[in-house]
Amino acid sequence: MDDISGNKIIELERKANDIRQSIIEMLLAAGSGHTAGALGMADIFTALYFHVLHHDPKHPDWIERDRVILSNGHICPVLYATLAHAGYFPIEELKTLRKFGSRLQGHPHRDFLPFLETSSGPLGEGLSQAVGMALADRMDKGRSSDRTFFALLSDGEMDEGSTYEAMMLAGKERLHNLIAIVDRNNIQIEGFTEDVMPLESMYEKWQSFNWHVQEIDGHSFEQIINAVAQAKTIFDRPSVIIAHTIPGKGVAEFERRYEWHGKPPNAEEAKMALAELRTLGGKIKGENQ
Amino acid sequence: MLNPIQKLNNKIFDADVEQISMRKGFGEGLVLAGENDPNVVGLCADLTESVQMHLFQKKFPDRFVQVGVAEQNLATVASGMAAMGKISFVGSYAVFSPGRNWEQIRTTICYNNQNVKIIGSHVGVNVGADGGSHQALEDIALTRVLPRMTVISPCDAIEAKKATMAAAKIKGPVYIRLAREKSPIITTEETPFEIGKAQIVWQGGQASGLGQEIEIIQSRVGIVATGALLHNALIAARELGKEGIMVTVMNLATIKPFDGAAILDLAKATGAIVTVEEHQIAGGMGSAVAEFLAQNNPTPIEFVGVTDQFGQSGTVKELIEHYGMGVEHIKSAVKKVLTRKRLDTNQK
Repeated sequence: MDDISGNKIIELERKANDIRQSIIEMLLAAGSGHTAGALGMADIFTALYFHVLHHDPKHPDWIERDRVILSNGHICPVLYATLAHAGYFPIEELKTLRKFGSRLQGHPHRDFLPFLETSSGPLGEGLSQAVGMALADRMDKGRSSDRTFFALLSDGEMDEGSTYEAMMLAGKERLHNLIAIVDRNNIQIEGFTEDVMPLESMYEKWQSFNWHVQEIDGHSFEQIINAVAQAKTIFDRPSVIIAHTIPGKGVAEFERRYEWHGKPPNAEEAKMALAELRTLGGKIKGENQ
Repeated sequence: MLNPIQKLNNKIFDADVEQISMRKGFGEGLVLAGENDPNVVGLCADLTESVQMHLFQKKFPDRFVQVGVAEQNLATVASGMAAMGKISFVGSYAVFSPGRNWEQIRTTICYNNQNVKIIGSHVGVNVGADGGSHQALEDIALTRVLPRMTVISPCDAIEAKKATMAAAKIKGPVYIRLAREKSPIITTEETPFEIGKAQIVWQGGQASGLGQEIEIIQSRVGIVATGALLHNALIAARELGKEGIMVTVMNLATIKPFDGAAILDLAKATGAIVTVEEHQIAGGMGSAVAEFLAQNNPTPIEFVGVTDQFGQSGTVKELIEHYGMGVEHIKSAVKKVLTRKRLDTNQK
């Protein structure tokens, strides 16, 4: 297990809070976009980019870097905000989200933003691409490679048949260098996942495709980091981390409501959300109060 | 006469002309591409021998991935491998790839600009007994509409081999369509091949410029053919010549990028065009010719191809005749376009 200190966790929590504030600000500026999933995944993105990943923001094309393949591209505000906070590009640029000529396209497009491993948005495709990358890595480096391929996907896109095609191939090829993280937030556009198309038992689904499965609290840095560390010890199978998250996490008004899947906050809602984030839900005194 | 510069098979018109399937040419070409470049990898969806990728699999077992009957994954995994520097060749039947997995090709290969080569076998009615479900008559339309995609339709096994090797050398998405059944060998190993270049293969009458680039003289119609039907186009051209109708035949192996300069020369020299392809007329190679000429040099065009129908079981010969792509159909199209040319006083 990765030994993580209490101070490190506090640092990560603050970073995630900054990223959530950026998400609110950029969505407000854009006037459209996806709020719930982006806020819900802020802790996992923070854990990855500020603790887990082998990467170098100053050399984004460093060949030995770990790869993050975001499949559900609609939550890209969290990806963009995390990349900016990690130093890939200026935080100020976040306000160009979804604007004409911006590098921050409505769904990620690597033509515009070269730091991306893939363009995404259409669901059910990220895991397959990560499988391809992990396969190529193994062809080149065998099992001694220490690059890890992180496929980030949503629970909703487990409706897509192609996701299971990728799960099957990864299981067959025993891709130890592949870690999938499923954002189990229980919502999709039209409602709760179990109403739209039941996905349980998700654990058993992955397990039966020969994956090593862990279920965690996706807002616990300790659990996120430990789960990745455990996944890296698994040598004969790909690993999946089913991360239970709260959609809209950090802003009580947005939490657990599927209505916030695909809309941005208006000015008033953004003000309220930022105030809540800056005070950690009233626990501390905000800078602007 | 055959254009000597193209060094075509001099037995083209013999009854016993050698026949080899294009997919075999592809299979051999892929092995050669694999020998040339260690980054070439092969992926197949449970049709390895059928698309002749078993030759590559046997030679390079560690560079071959069997994905099972899963064409969406086939395209998308190939994109991921290309993102890591591989030159991914994916093989299946064209109705499944680029048919079933079209959106995966669009998003993860073309939009992502990844170095993936899509090999679609069993195109046209040149599938025979399997029937209409397996006969891809829409694949040119599906692929040529995609930004960044190169679309190649070889005329025989030798050209398929060259196209495969050439595709491995260019960066970016490429689609190569292949017929299933054996088809006449039109070209030779010496025939030039370059992606994006159309070739004049036949010039009616006694053309000047022997040994040089043939001149398009005397011809009253230009036939633009792609795929195995180039053979029928050549037979039609020869028979038309005997009837006193001189035509020029072009092999348009690369449909995209489109060789506009060559088509423009042909249209200006002849003033009438017939397109010949084993594909739906809607959206196919003929449509590409029409789009180009409508804008650059409006020219009467007749289209030989499938007219908004699905295929069915039968021999290749029966099906080609039934769907209107036989030698006589091509000759009729030439005669028809000639009458249209006369009616149009603006044409010479």
